[in-house]
Amino acid sequence: MADLQAQDYIRISASTLTPPSTRRTEDQVAKLIDTSRCIGCKACQAACMEWNNLRQEVGHFEGSYENPMDLSPSVWTLMRFNEWEDEKGKLEWLIRKDGCMHCEDPGCLKACPAPGAIVQYANGIVDFISEHCIGCEYCVKGCPFDIPRISPVDHKSYKCTLCSDRVDVGLEPACVKACPTGAIMFGAKTDMQDWAGERIADLKSRGFENAGLYDPPGVGGTHVMYVLHHADKPSIYSGLPDHPHISYLVDFWKGVVKPLSLVGIAFAALAGFFHWIVEGPNEVQPEDEAKARELLKAAEKSP
Amino acid sequence: MTRPPGTLVRNTTAARINHWITAGCFVLLLLSGLSMFHPMLFFLSDLFGGGQWTRAVHPWIGTVLLVSYLGLIVQFWRDNFWNRDDIAWMKAIDRVLVNQEEGVPEVGRFNAGQKFVFWSMALLVPVLFLTGLIIWEVYFGSATSIEVQRTAVLIHSAAAIVAIIVWITHVYAAIWVEGSVRAMTQGYVTPGWAWRHHRKWLRRLAASGSSGPTPGPER
Repeated sequence: MADLQAQDYIRISASTLTPPSTRRTEDQVAKLIDTSRCIGCKACQAACMEWNNLRQEVGHFEGSYENPMDLSPSVWTLMRFNEWEDEKGKLEWLIRKDGCMHCEDPGCLKACPAPGAIVQYANGIVDFISEHCIGCEYCVKGCPFDIPRISPVDHKSYKCTLCSDRVDVGLEPACVKACPTGAIMFGAKTDMQDWAGERIADLKSRGFENAGLYDPPGVGGTHVMYVLHHADKPSIYSGLPDHPHISYLVDFWKGVVKPLSLVGIAFAALAGFFHWIVEGPNEVQPEDEAKARELLKAAEKSP
Repeated sequence: MTRPPGTLVRNTTAARINHWITAGCFVLLLLSGLSMFHPMLFFLSDLFGGGQWTRAVHPWIGTVLLVSYLGLIVQFWRDNFWNRDDIAWMKAIDRVLVNQEEGVPEVGRFNAGQKFVFWSMALLVPVLFLTGLIIWEVYFGSATSIEVQRTAVLIHSAAAIVAIIVWITHVYAAIWVEGSVRAMTQGYVTPGWAWRHHRKWLRRLAASGSSGPTPGPER
């Protein structure tokens, strides 16, 4: 997404400064994807392509309803299909609209080294500002959901923007607009949580006792949430992580190694400087030259 | 290069060219790498034409450095074997540090500190190269799992910082011990320099009638 937004930033990648934080009147938004109402029609996928002008190269049939088979720089949302049998052998066709979860604590943003290439708006949407992206793929390492994809053409990272351009002007995201069953809803996060609560109560009354809301606390909650009929095992929905969190390796890299390193480098440089100030240069003395001459002369005389 | 009469060759022309190619690569890698490591240093990416160029050029410079450092290993490994002199020298490091070198055990062409720099880099350069390949998105982005890449980028950063600290030690020692910079730019040192810092090396050169850097056959 280009940087043409009306929203304030609350988080900016690779920045040591606090973003403007006085205005805090913005509602947190969320998209709610109700897997129990999804019929797998892919209208959302088509609408995403349409609104964002994305055209994935036409591929081949791979024996699955899933098409294309993965997210890509021009596939920002993808219906994932899984045939799952429960303990009693009953088959369920689990369909999940995959894409950026818009984490409250975004791992991509934490890992990004380019100032302002990844931002979070006051309404919670996490967006990639392509002009500033350097194509290093650190966001891929930061993401707990394996979402960003780097374009081999322009070496920039792409993912769902939650239609931040539409949301800015009071429209819902394109996928929400296109969904024919109301499986995708959009609004204030609190409203979406309330609505999810009603849906979950309904599902429970119909025998889905483990129905629940997927709003994982490991990433501070997300601005894309799922209603799952089997919220006790999210991974059956084509690998939705059970307990997503930013990798400890990334935490250690960005939280410990990064700050300590500068201290270490500065310490080494200062140690050198003060050694020079205290002891000064180690200079060759005239005696050294004299002794060396003696040695060389003696060696020449005794062949 | 004309060498003043009576001086000793410390580094051959080939060794000096090889050293400075390595040094140039190291400095460029340090600047580009740090720009992608800490936001306060991102401005360094402007030296390379912006972030995209920095990201693109860094691995190529690293590849040149690997080849160049292999050249240094070939030229210097023999004189960097660890021996008993080094332990004795290390025990007297407190005297070395305060410029009181009289009575410090004699050493050959390289002292323990120089050998430490040599072997540290001999270890760190391949580690940096291999972890760097794993995170070279353009060519190897999909060659390994994301978890492997996370590990690689962590090791790459940590190894780079250790290398930078070793490099600071190396550069400072060269400035501190006067005559060392000239030994790597013009290639020669005075016999007094050799007497003061590398007396065993001087004795071997004198005994074989060689003007350096390696002793000739015994006379």
